[in-house]
Amino acid sequence: MTPLSPITAPEAPSAPPATGARTLRLPIDPVLTLAVAALGVCSIVTLKAATKDLVAGQPHYYTDRQATYLIVGLLLMLALSRFDYARLRPLKNVIYGALILSILAVLGVGHTARGSQRAISLPFFSFQASELGKVLLTVALASLVVDRARKLQRRETTALVMLAALVPAIFVIAQPDLGSGMVYVVIAFTLLFVAGASWKHLTALIALGLVSLTFVLVAAPAVGVHVLKPYQVQRLTAFLHPSTNPQKEGYQQEESKIAIGSGQKTGRGINATQTRLNYVPEDHTDFVFAAVGEQYGFVGAALVLVLYGLMIWRALRILVMSKDLFGSLVAAGVTAMLMFQVFVNVGMTIGIMPITGVPLPLMSYGGSSVITTLLAIGLLQSIYIQARASQALKGRVLR
Amino acid sequence: MSAIEPGDGGGWSISDRSRMPVPPQLALRVAILGGLAMAMFAIIFFRLWFLQVLSGEQYVQQANANRARDLPVAAPRGEILDREGQPLVASRTTNAVQIVPSALPPAGHPRLELYRRLGRLLGISGAHVEALVIKGRTAVPYAPVTIKTDAGQGALTVLAERQNEYPGVTQQPVSIRAYPYGKMAAQVLGYVGQVSEGDLKLSAFRGVKRGTVVGQEGLEYYYDRYLRGESGIERVEVNAQGYPVPSNLAPTQPKAGYSLKVTLDRGLQLEGEKALLQGMENARAGGKPATAGAFVALDPRNGQVLAMGSSPTFDPNKFAKPLTQAEYAALEGKTKTSGAGEEAPAPLTDRAVNGTYPTGSTFKPITAMGTLEAGVINSTEGLGAGQCIHVSTEQFCNAGKADYGAVGLVEALKVSSDTYFFEAGELANSHGNVIQQMAHKLGVGQQTGIDLPSEITGLVPDRAWRAKVAREELQCERRKHVASCGISDGRPWSVGDNMHLAVGQGDLLTSPLQMAVAYSTLANAYANGGGGWVVRPHLGMEIDGPQGRLVQTLSFPAVRHVHLNDEDLNLVMEGIHEAASQPGGTSADVWAGWNQSEHPVFGKTGTAEHAGKEDQSWYMCYIGDPKRPIVLAVTVEQGGFGAETAAPIARLLASQWFGKPKKFVSGTSKTF
Repeated sequence: MTPLSPITAPEAPSAPPATGARTLRLPIDPVLTLAVAALGVCSIVTLKAATKDLVAGQPHYYTDRQATYLIVGLLLMLALSRFDYARLRPLKNVIYGALILSILAVLGVGHTARGSQRAISLPFFSFQASELGKVLLTVALASLVVDRARKLQRRETTALVMLAALVPAIFVIAQPDLGSGMVYVVIAFTLLFVAGASWKHLTALIALGLVSLTFVLVAAPAVGVHVLKPYQVQRLTAFLHPSTNPQKEGYQQEESKIAIGSGQKTGRGINATQTRLNYVPEDHTDFVFAAVGEQYGFVGAALVLVLYGLMIWRALRILVMSKDLFGSLVAAGVTAMLMFQVFVNVGMTIGIMPITGVPLPLMSYGGSSVITTLLAIGLLQSIYIQARASQALKGRVLR
Repeated sequence: MSAIEPGDGGGWSISDRSRMPVPPQLALRVAILGGLAMAMFAIIFFRLWFLQVLSGEQYVQQANANRARDLPVAAPRGEILDREGQPLVASRTTNAVQIVPSALPPAGHPRLELYRRLGRLLGISGAHVEALVIKGRTAVPYAPVTIKTDAGQGALTVLAERQNEYPGVTQQPVSIRAYPYGKMAAQVLGYVGQVSEGDLKLSAFRGVKRGTVVGQEGLEYYYDRYLRGESGIERVEVNAQGYPVPSNLAPTQPKAGYSLKVTLDRGLQLEGEKALLQGMENARAGGKPATAGAFVALDPRNGQVLAMGSSPTFDPNKFAKPLTQAEYAALEGKTKTSGAGEEAPAPLTDRAVNGTYPTGSTFKPITAMGTLEAGVINSTEGLGAGQCIHVSTEQFCNAGKADYGAVGLVEALKVSSDTYFFEAGELANSHGNVIQQMAHKLGVGQQTGIDLPSEITGLVPDRAWRAKVAREELQCERRKHVASCGISDGRPWSVGDNMHLAVGQGDLLTSPLQMAVAYSTLANAYANGGGGWVVRPHLGMEIDGPQGRLVQTLSFPAVRHVHLNDEDLNLVMEGIHEAASQPGGTSADVWAGWNQSEHPVFGKTGTAEHAGKEDQSWYMCYIGDPKRPIVLAVTVEQGGFGAETAAPIARLLASQWFGKPKKFVSGTSKTF
């Protein structure tokens, strides 16, 4: 079987040739695709103004690259949507191995940017393994959960799944990339939640999470043990005490709030100064939402949020309509990843969440993040197409 | 691929072929997930609404405050014009080497290296450049810092040609204060400099921005609010790193300062300073130190200061550029003169206004008026016979032990008989403060109210003052537990004090300006049958707009009117006129060849004694003229006798004023 040809369920011994030709034209999810494309456009439009002075003499440096990433990502998404996701299930050990190896490779040979070693330099862009890891982990964990579907209520399953997520999470936190590590844990938790782990275990996990958070942020530094680097702790707690002093943590967030607030209802357009004059650092990557808010105001910010809302709605719908548990769990993982990143990133720019270095999916500039997100969307499209195909076979089309 | 078996976990049916409707447990959990997403979006929307719609206005202000920086644009400073409207102080454009802090290389070695390189080029130390930059940056952030003005063509060419070796260094045309006549009237005109932190707190400097050049002394200071104009504002957009970026923020144009027309007569001022120097040199040639001097020329009718000078002096142009510590110390007279171990006279001090001196015999007309009016003496009665007057164990003698015999008042003034006035002072002592009251009445021992930043009050000693300082001395000794505080020797007022005062010695302290005011009062009363007035000496005449349009005429009404007994006054004036015109008069030989009928001179020499120093030479005179009368006060510290040094200077001034041939005639009278 070549990867791109079959739309039939892999478990089916042989697809009826008569329906094969028809189901080949089964379309990808139009709403999801529209939302993704629209966000891509929003990203380019926002970056165009925010980055035009960042590289002297090259006003299109960032937009050109981001457009390339988006196009490559969309092509990959289309390709992946034609690929039966279910065939990934048996490859869980390979995928998990690739995840761990790529993260270790970054620690080994990666280059350092702003004090953290997160990426491997490739000829065209620097590859951030922890981003791709979000998709790899989703698939591997979904497969693991499906394998242990009968033993879901057991403590070992919960422990095993969480452990499988914590190992790469700890490695990426060591890079240090706290945001991605948190995404991994959230993905694992959501998979257990959707698969049907017992409430007792889930509650225990939340309790454990809170205790360890307290330990890492408060107790350990108090006795001189720094699990996180001091700057990470400061960033995590800075949103509790904002400041306009550039020397202080919390400055970035305060300037971001000023940027978004000054956008008012319809934005400042070309008069935007906070992001154009670089008062909000990283306004093209992690703080891109500040650029949206300042340039296009409440209207622009709301539009972007609505597009994310559409994406999450469609992801949840695909979760429900999936033809099998594996598909549902992959969809759950992708949903968790999107929701967590959107909420934490936007929350960070508007001062209600700590600064954790989580990119805004599709909007933030960065090849690894854009392509990873589009791969995840590709998986959703694949689940959608397979579900449609499976239902079409039974003559029941759920739209 | 292995088929997925129907599972038991979570009640999920894993069969792919017969997909059941969504199981209730999954439905619940997906619903929870969906609910979470909705809650999350709701929170974000409410927060966005709060930030952007409800608080938007406030954040717009914060964003604008972030990016815009106001830089003051210096307003052209008004000129100072002489009474004919010719500029005494103007502004000139020159090139300044400036540093734009934001364009400097990174802090640390590269920047220090640049400072050193630039310092070498400009002939200053790298550390000095750094200090200037730090100071400038603190005063006005984002504004270029001036390192050196008038750097010289060589340095400017190097900077222009090798711009890449001097990143952040620019040349800017700047307007600096120019004093075309150099040292002329330096203490009167004053100088300028960047406004100090202390001045910014004063109400007189309200609205002045940091870094603005304002008057620091003299007229530049006193009339600063007219001269300085209003700074404009250039608005600079800066990015987060503090680098200015191109922008279209509209600047506010500066408003030029007004010009100040002053009462100074340029010709008289120049001649006065020349004459003062000549007189001092003449005294030095005669073996006197003649360390410092001052002169004032006053219009007795209205108090207009026609000329005023002080020596040693300085060039205010120096202040247009940054001054070194040593240069400033020298101007303040804080450097030690070679070997003498005592401070050199301070060039910054205006001795005409701020010198505090005893006056010697120039005070005698005041004593005469006081004692005559109080009836202590009568003009015909002969007093002061013999070489000395003896009071208890002390003796009070004439200069050079001369004996003028018992003379009347007019003769006593003419020959400057000390014994006459010692006796008058002795007699007056029992009548109370008759001399002191006359001194105060005429304007001695009180501030004149001149339009300059500072002037002395002076002192006319009397009983109450002696008692006061004795009290202070006692309190001080008790407080500090020392044998003496040096305020007073603690003795009470004595008749000797009054006798010393009568001849302008003892504890009397006054300035040439106060004496000029006192003589003006006498002159006024003399010309008006006894009804005179104490003028308020002043320099300001009018405030003019930039195009010479009159904005305001400055008016300085007389301080008060006085009435003097006409008869007594005529006798006193006759005495000092004879002193300047009749054979035997103390300054008659100085005025030899002067047309006394055209311009009668009423002049009195003075020689003030200072313990351990050469005598101070004084000359006071009033020269009558129907249109342009003048009162002159001249003094030279350690210049010898009044007739010898000060009087000839006064004659040169008078010659200039009345357009007569100038002749330096040193008098021979050896009287105090």
